[in-house]
Amino acid sequence: MALQSLDIKARSATTTPSPSARETMEVAKLIDISKCIGCKACQVACMEWNDLRDEVGTNVGVYDNPPNLTAESWTVMRYSEVELEANKLEWLIRKDGCMHCADPGCLKACPAPGAIVQYSNGIVDFHQEHCIGCGYCITGCPFDIPRISKKDSKAYKCTLCSDRVAVGMEPACVKTCPTGAIVFGTKDDMIHHAEGRIIDLKSRGYANAGLYDPQGVGGTHVMYVLQHADKPEIYNNLPKNPTISPMVGLWKGITKPLTSFALGLLAVGTLFHYVIKGPNEVSKDIEKEFENES
Amino acid sequence: MNRNPNDLVRYTASERANHWAVGMSFILLALSGLAFFHPAFYPLSLLLGGGVWARILHPFIGVLMALLFVMMFFRFWKLNIITKVDKEWLSRVGEMVNGDDRNMPPAGKYNGGQKVLFWLAAVCMALLLVSGIVIWRVYFSALFPIGVIRLASVAHAAVAAFMIGLIIVHVYAAIWTRGTIRAMLYGTVTRAWAKQHHPAWFRQITGGGK
Repeated sequence: MALQSLDIKARSATTTPSPSARETMEVAKLIDISKCIGCKACQVACMEWNDLRDEVGTNVGVYDNPPNLTAESWTVMRYSEVELEANKLEWLIRKDGCMHCADPGCLKACPAPGAIVQYSNGIVDFHQEHCIGCGYCITGCPFDIPRISKKDSKAYKCTLCSDRVAVGMEPACVKTCPTGAIVFGTKDDMIHHAEGRIIDLKSRGYANAGLYDPQGVGGTHVMYVLQHADKPEIYNNLPKNPTISPMVGLWKGITKPLTSFALGLLAVGTLFHYVIKGPNEVSKDIEKEFENES
Repeated sequence: MNRNPNDLVRYTASERANHWAVGMSFILLALSGLAFFHPAFYPLSLLLGGGVWARILHPFIGVLMALLFVMMFFRFWKLNIITKVDKEWLSRVGEMVNGDDRNMPPAGKYNGGQKVLFWLAAVCMALLLVSGIVIWRVYFSALFPIGVIRLASVAHAAVAAFMIGLIIVHVYAAIWTRGTIRAMLYGTVTRAWAKQHHPAWFRQITGGGK
């Protein structure tokens, strides 16, 4: 949910331009995994700002709690214990949540006009009052982020605190992070900031340190600094080269207007067939044969 | 009510009721489904009470249609077995569409085109049911991997579009061939109609009479 806006870049199931009088700067959140201590303050800040209380679950034996994203938990910390070199354990903790893709699969798949919007600042936001609860956003998402609420059957996910950003504040998770692992600013600034972090990490022996800003989805507005950017999958299955699935492209691409057009043509064609060829009536000869009976 | 005892019975009351129950479900499903198919059709979701109601009701109506179609399938499948005559009929379908049926081989209760429609409809129904269950988010989608859900989404949309085309042809053929719709509305056709359009069926039920 967000404020009424004049800077909408894309709107789900809408074929005409959206209100886009205002151009805003592209923003991004940068999550530096090498600085994260897994304290979950960001999870708490997210609950607090968005006023959400997930059900208290059970401990599943690992730190991940809740164990997955839900309609009330828009961000979760995912903990992986990885041994890339023998006897050198690394505890990789990734803050999972919506990546705010430049080319959002959820928005592409959504059939409800205006249920998903993308602002010119890059934030992808769900407008639940237009959501019909079909779950197509889940089908379209390359990161498995949206969740349908069991309470109201609407889809929910991280808003990148679009309400805070709209009034010049940083997202709640950024505000609260005690180690500065999460920073927020213009996308350009965040890329620049990441470059400095990567130089630092490389000097500390992380030769493959790099920025995760996957171009398969046009880049994202939530980016990671990874110690091992060559192996994003070790960070709890962060996809190496995420793209909108070609299936979703086929499902939601040019095929639909073309098919609609073809069906329209078929319906109109039958009318013209009738007009040109005339009805298929019983011939006069046969009609005469039965005349006396009827 | 039957005012002409010479008319021939083509469909019994229960066959007709079954057909129209399937037909009405199909219309509701096609219109509400189109609403999710392309934004141009989204206003059609109002037919079932808006987007949310359309999303809730569409799959239930789909299950209902599948059950009703299974009943109809077992009523009619034997009559729709494709024979040599049907293949000959189908090879000349261009002449028929062109408005010239003089060289068409004598059709039985159903001609080759009607039989092809029957089997295509049956295949479409099966595919729509299976793919529809996979993308039924509230109850079933969680049971399937995302790749299967994506494939089912494409399949459901493609098969549905094909079937809408098929039904447009089905409805038009009934309108085009005058005197046909009454067969499905109140069950009878005239003898002349039967001799003209389904001569083999006519011979069979009249014992070769006029």
